Amino acid sequence: MTELATSTAARQNERASSEPEHKPLALLLGNPNTGKTTLFNRLTGQSARIGNYPGITVERRSGELRRDHASAIEIVDVPGAYSLSARSTEEQIALASALGLAGYPRPDLCVVVVDAGQLARNLYLVFQLLELDLRVVVALNMIDEVRDNPPSESALARFLGVPCVATDARRGRGISALEAAIAAALESPPRVGMSISYPKALERDLLEVERALPPAWATSPARKRALALWALTSIETDDELENVDPKLRECCLAMRARADARDIDQEVIATRYAVIDAEVPKLYPRLEAHPPKRKTSERVDRVLLHPVFGFVIFVALMLLMFQSLFSWSDPAIRLIEAGTSGAARLVEAHAPEGLLRDLITKGVIGGVGNVVVFLPQILLLFFCIGLLEDSGYMARVAFLMDRVMKALGLHGRAFVPMLSGFACAVPAILATRTMERQRDRLLTMLVVPLMTCSARLPVYTLIIAALFPPSRVFGLVPVQGLLMVAMYLFSTAITLIAAGVLGRTAVKGRRIPLILELPPYRLPSLRGTLKMMLQRSSSFLREAGTGILLFTVLLWGLLSFPRPTNQPETAAPAAAAIHQRVSAEADAKPSAPSVGSEALNGRPTAIEQSYGGRLGKALEPALRPLGFDWKIGVGLIGAFAAREVFISTLGLVYGIGDTKEDDAPLRDKIRAERRLDGAHAYTPLMGLSLMVFFALSCQCMSTLSVVYRETKRFRWPLFMFTYMTSLAYVVSLLVYQGGRLLGFS
Amino acid sequence: MNLAQTRIGQVVTVEHVGGEGSFRRRLMELGLLPGTRVEVVGIAPLGDPMELLLRGGSLSIRRSEAEDISVTLGEVTSTERARASRDASTLPAQGLARSAP
Repeated sequence: MTELATSTAARQNERASSEPEHKPLALLLGNPNTGKTTLFNRLTGQSARIGNYPGITVERRSGELRRDHASAIEIVDVPGAYSLSARSTEEQIALASALGLAGYPRPDLCVVVVDAGQLARNLYLVFQLLELDLRVVVALNMIDEVRDNPPSESALARFLGVPCVATDARRGRGISALEAAIAAALESPPRVGMSISYPKALERDLLEVERALPPAWATSPARKRALALWALTSIETDDELENVDPKLRECCLAMRARADARDIDQEVIATRYAVIDAEVPKLYPRLEAHPPKRKTSERVDRVLLHPVFGFVIFVALMLLMFQSLFSWSDPAIRLIEAGTSGAARLVEAHAPEGLLRDLITKGVIGGVGNVVVFLPQILLLFFCIGLLEDSGYMARVAFLMDRVMKALGLHGRAFVPMLSGFACAVPAILATRTMERQRDRLLTMLVVPLMTCSARLPVYTLIIAALFPPSRVFGLVPVQGLLMVAMYLFSTAITLIAAGVLGRTAVKGRRIPLILELPPYRLPSLRGTLKMMLQRSSSFLREAGTGILLFTVLLWGLLSFPRPTNQPETAAPAAAAIHQRVSAEADAKPSAPSVGSEALNGRPTAIEQSYGGRLGKALEPALRPLGFDWKIGVGLIGAFAAREVFISTLGLVYGIGDTKEDDAPLRDKIRAERRLDGAHAYTPLMGLSLMVFFALSCQCMSTLSVVYRETKRFRWPLFMFTYMTSLAYVVSLLVYQGGRLLGFS
Repeated sequence: MNLAQTRIGQVVTVEHVGGEGSFRRRLMELGLLPGTRVEVVGIAPLGDPMELLLRGGSLSIRRSEAEDISVTLGEVTSTERARASRDASTLPAQGLARSAP
């Protein structure tokens, strides 16, 4: 951190000299569940932007506070933290932001958001910031929840020695007073440092640690002491901190080892709490023996966390959420599909025929459609998540499901993203952001694409309808329906196993004990939720959209080139496979029947001659052991655009134009396909092997693009593709060869 | 007795906080210290985790970690509490001091 900090300081000085009036920077810090983000939205209005902290996938929200007649103030929303002490890179952000270390800009002011109903716990963080000698303003938020016995702002301000403003961010009360306090604090001289007297032995240790601090940290005596305290309570032999000066690390570890009889952590923390405990009761107008109980929330929890009703309500809520993702988004998706195919038709009608037109209609418009088509589900999922988070129920989901999720090595909050995976992996991966720890997010992201998403259903339907008899087991249960259920169970089981295995291997992390806060139930704010939905969607479009668009054009090229020279019109339907998802109708144009007849005459279709077609043939020796031929191979390549594109690609291989609305002709082709020896080319066993392959393989460029977007590393999408494809290959091989050994054909 | 042995509705006073280093520190930072009054509010339907109420705030931890926290039934008076926290931190007279910047 040292070099980084020094270089930042240098850069800042530079900036200060070249731009004497740089925008002042205020940080918004606070415990989780204090309404910090709501307050941030109130202060910054329309100017809020979401970005990432450099080198780590933690969101960084920033915006501008503009007051009349005053220059703008930049506000950065720091991720919620109970304390500045850290054991991981994520938790280091709070300290690094507050001090302007590790390349972060140095703030001019810290606005600490405090839950008025939980002063003692919240003041702990305030103390740490005050000890660091920072300019602080306290927002005493959620003051409306303690109306019957509200703590006094002025008494708190006197106690802490900094301005305190009571706010109710949800209703927008106290905001202008807070803005005025922020502006005034930025004008005022630096505040007087605060120090707490610690036990004598600890004070001696601190002096020693202070001497080991890197020079860039030692800006004032008070800050030196506070940083020594931070280092002493954060650095450990097995911490996951980054950029810690080796000399400082060595000194802290030596100090800890030497103090074995003493308990340094407890000395520090108990001393701070002793000061807080002595003062907090004096801040209230009425003295109460115990902190107020949260009666309403407790009563609601008696139902919502009830062993029976709790689970019934939980299942009902989750089903409702899933239902909305799965089917309510459908009309919107259809509308987008119709829009894209309309646009493609429009270009086709007006532009001269040729390569450029195909590139625009099939590649670009199709690609844009492939991106936009995810929006309905993303918007809906984040709407649900917003309501769940805001109301306080998301923490209850983690509470209810912890036992199950822990057994799988997953975080309790992984439940909602996992469930969303049954609809679509793309919004589900975006939803992993509800987890704080990078490792938890990564593990969830890596297994979510194994869930049976909606894009797999048309493929399963086709295979089951084409290759399995419509008979019933025991004359009761239809085989076809049973197979569909089996595929769901199979994918769920595999996902859970994969989570268990990957959590112990590829994303091995220290087992971190659960610490969960169940916040009081609160009415969700529609405004904040809508805002979040828009922010997430626009960042998806910006960051993942490019990758999906690029992939679409690439796949279009793969299946369209080289263009057949003697029959130029056949190239168009070949490429149609790629954007079948968005504009299949547009491609059922006059050229299609002619391709069909060519195929019947035994002439190769355009797609067969394309690079993709050749690749499919080249892959055939590898696919044979799974029971697939080259035609399936080409289908698998096309399915990379989105799994259901498998159907239209296969349709093109067989020279059938439009397979979107009705796949009966394709089913007939599949049933009729013969090998050279006259036997059926596609058997139920091969169908099973193919379904297993689809269940496990990573046939989705959008998923890969989103994983890259969330991890900012090529390593993880690459790893995901490799592990899923290998898994698919091996299990399909086992199914097919095992089935043959058992005497199935 | 330890915290995992308590029942819903019981009020206990923390005697000693044990457990893995950084987790234990975070628990204490959240206000779970020797001498703290803790109310067991609920236990998740599947038996784990358990929800605690302390210093007016909620905190849920798993039984496996609650086993490392030793408690006594009932509440101690404020003077006893003060003595407990003083013993725990071998605290000299404390208070806020203001130093010049």
